[in-house]
Amino acid sequence: MTEKLKVGPSPHILDSRSVSSIMWDVVIALIPVTAAAIIYFGLNAVFILLVSTLSAMIFESLVVHKSLKPKKVLGDGSAAVTGLLLGLILPPSAPLWMAVVGSGVAILLAKQAFGGIGNNIFNPALVGRAVLFMSWPVLMTRWHQPLALDNWFADLVSGATPLGAGSASLIDLVLGNVGGSLGETSVVAILLGGIYLLLKGHIDWRIPGGYIGTAAIIALLTNQFSLEAVAFHICAGGLLFGAVFMATDMVTSPTTKVGRLLFGIGCGLVTMYVRVFASAPEGVTYAILFMNALVPLIDRYTVPKTFGEVKK
Amino acid sequence: MKTTFPGGIHPPYNKELTASKAIVEMPLPKRVRLLLQQHIGAPCKPLVKKGDVVTVGQKIADSDAFVSAPIIASVGGEVAAVDAEGIEIVTDPEHSRFTGQAPKYDTPEDIRQIIREAGIVGMGGAAFPTHVKLSPPEGKEVHTLIINGAECEPYLSTDHRVMVEQGEELIEGIKILLRACGAQKAIIGIEKNKPDAIENLSRLCRDEENIRVEAVPVVYPQGGERQLIKSLTGREVPVGGLPLDLGIVVQNVATAVAVHQAVNLGRPLIDRVVTVSGRGVAEPANVRVRLGTPIRDLIEFCGGMRDDAVKVVNGGPMMGKAVASLDDPVTKGTSGILVLTEAEVRIYEERTCIRCARCVDACPMRLMPNYLALYSRKSMYNDAEQIHLFNCIECGCCSFVCPARIPIVHYIQKAKHEINSKRRKK
Repeated sequence: MTEKLKVGPSPHILDSRSVSSIMWDVVIALIPVTAAAIIYFGLNAVFILLVSTLSAMIFESLVVHKSLKPKKVLGDGSAAVTGLLLGLILPPSAPLWMAVVGSGVAILLAKQAFGGIGNNIFNPALVGRAVLFMSWPVLMTRWHQPLALDNWFADLVSGATPLGAGSASLIDLVLGNVGGSLGETSVVAILLGGIYLLLKGHIDWRIPGGYIGTAAIIALLTNQFSLEAVAFHICAGGLLFGAVFMATDMVTSPTTKVGRLLFGIGCGLVTMYVRVFASAPEGVTYAILFMNALVPLIDRYTVPKTFGEVKK
Repeated sequence: MKTTFPGGIHPPYNKELTASKAIVEMPLPKRVRLLLQQHIGAPCKPLVKKGDVVTVGQKIADSDAFVSAPIIASVGGEVAAVDAEGIEIVTDPEHSRFTGQAPKYDTPEDIRQIIREAGIVGMGGAAFPTHVKLSPPEGKEVHTLIINGAECEPYLSTDHRVMVEQGEELIEGIKILLRACGAQKAIIGIEKNKPDAIENLSRLCRDEENIRVEAVPVVYPQGGERQLIKSLTGREVPVGGLPLDLGIVVQNVATAVAVHQAVNLGRPLIDRVVTVSGRGVAEPANVRVRLGTPIRDLIEFCGGMRDDAVKVVNGGPMMGKAVASLDDPVTKGTSGILVLTEAEVRIYEERTCIRCARCVDACPMRLMPNYLALYSRKSMYNDAEQIHLFNCIECGCCSFVCPARIPIVHYIQKAKHEINSKRRKK
């Protein structure tokens, strides 16, 4: 009979879900938007997404493992998520060096400088985008029309985004046949990914629900109760992509149920404030980054009443 | 509407390994080791010394403290050793045949006294002395007795088998418990995954006016005292309080059977049913075994350990304790002995919290295990207490779901321990 028994604290059985299985699930959830980006923006999309994802993985591996062995570069999948997310919020004409710089800022400055996975306060991909936007505003706002499907190898032709132009057909918005950042244009693709994450239990409906709901109410109030305007505000720009994939980042969102709802509402308020009152056409990046900073405060003031706690 | 408690998890139950297997009786072990503390409360002091000959059922250790329960010789024979932790008896089959007489009783106090003298404690795992639970303090009245047959821990099937095979004795035990605590009615709560137990007891309770059976949802930790009360009555036991504060007493099914045997047959607590299970044991079984039997003997009775066994757990996989030595004995609270293989207890490296909040969503006490673990690691005990550290029941849901494999319950236990030992010093 063996006598070398292992001992350790209870519980002695654990769920099979791990940090890396969650991260790769997020990558799976990003497949539809990645596909949409490639369909609408062609080879530019392929190169930008490849470069942003790979460079993020390489930066992370160099800093964390000091190694470039394939297994280390794959890591826990979190760098792949950050790099892919960053690529998906770049404009289709972004030069490849910008994808590298963005990923570098995201991984090195926003994530590792704060202590690595779990310790960053701000969403790394959004910090990457914000830094690029402030540094090269012209390159970051050169928008293009999607490619015609029968002329997929053609060069991109410049054109305004729906938010910039102030209009677009709803069908085009839903399918994604409009100008914009690589991954933000197709409502259908974003929803597919979001549903997958909801079913897997990786995101809580309260964040996208609070975000989109608040934006819808403000759009209704500021547009003479026009439902068309509401649909436009939600489907155009980066709101839906941000609500589903960015605001729901576990590390940078609250851990209480009430907190998650408040966080979503706050994102909606700031986004719509920027869109309606500020000079910029879009405010998703700054809204989520601003709310990221409030997360510790939100957690602190939304601790749930524990089981059996008597109302005071 | 059927309510249940917040949070909870659905671990792989693995009950099919033993759930349909009838209880088998293990032959007398060659020797037993009876620990002086098998219960919550004060440890007992030995009443015998090395060389004494004791008979089965004889009281061999006791305590003056109210919250304690005496230790009863589970076999007869010669006392081979007495040390600070336990008493060892070499079995003599001649002295191990039990010939007791039913005691006489009249008042609830008499019943509580018989239960105490029989050494009975809660047999669901926590091992709280039963007579203490049945003594409501001055001014508190008990109206409901809840019989806990939820058995929510994976693998375990002892309560299940007791409900199927010893239903009559269980009902007799419940009647005595009702008299002892003064409650008007009893509810037997059983998780829905034990339909044969529900059916058997429903049939037996058909003519009992004040005992009824309720099926409750299958979700861990349904068998937690506070969780079961919430599921059956919709009420929450106050923070820092007891079920008595709601006029409720909860007793486990095996405890009720032990009470029947002590009060109606004069048979003290000398044995119990233990589920021996896990993929690492050759023949999983439900075994009736004398208390104090070495775990090694019990596992050998079930065909021995397989080569890939790596961990032995005393209790269920969620709250049981890892056994360091197979010479450790079965105690009053041993509901299961699990022999687990590498595949069942994969050991992972602890990583950083990614704030996924799965632990917050799973916590049946609506706590924030993520922050409790963090404060414990940083020795921020005041902050931990402020978010109700001591309301944690250590069920293990948080550690189970944690994708970063943080042993959250372990950190919580550490914080509780540190705070308690600081208080004792003062």
